[in-house]
Amino acid sequence: MLLVDVIVTILLTSGMFFMCIGAIGLLRFPDFYTRLHATGKCDTLGEGLIIVSLIIYHLFHYPGTPLMAVKLLFLIIFIFIANPTAIHAIVKAAYRRGLKPWRLGERRR
Amino acid sequence: MISAFLGIGLLTVLTILLCSYRAVVGPGVFNRMAAVNVIGTKTVVLLVIMGYYFERPLFFDIPLLYAMLNFIGTLVFAKYLERGELCSW
Repeated sequence: MLLVDVIVTILLTSGMFFMCIGAIGLLRFPDFYTRLHATGKCDTLGEGLIIVSLIIYHLFHYPGTPLMAVKLLFLIIFIFIANPTAIHAIVKAAYRRGLKPWRLGERRR
Repeated sequence: MISAFLGIGLLTVLTILLCSYRAVVGPGVFNRMAAVNVIGTKTVVLLVIMGYYFERPLFFDIPLLYAMLNFIGTLVFAKYLERGELCSW
């Protein structure tokens, strides 16, 4: 097995770990704000790791088309800008509409 | 390597199913909208991995478009829920 494939597999697995943690946080946290606190960061980092690993895979296994790797690089830059912005817009809309944050001892909602 | 892509794709589908529980059940419209946004960003990763699993890297135009449409849709829906209208003049 090639060394590049080992690096790609490690990066894929770590990215998938962060995405699973984000999904579990979206299920298990008690409040809207805490749920987005979990998912907004974990999803962005997980997708970044997975797409970086695919860039390495592409540069090694498809050496004839390096512009595809540049396209993936544009995708990761766009996701790193757009995903926290979208989460911030949702949280700000909820805050302006008067959704109260969760306090310790209250019921889950 | 191809089997690694298959496993990661199936795990991504599993996380999408976990998030769709919050999209269906979750109390209030904000939880549902956040869950739909998270499902969209996971779908981008699933499309990219599918492009390598079927050995056709030309699939990459679809995730780019899907990421942009997901971002614009989430912003528009957040503005609509914040103000109650989309255009105020």
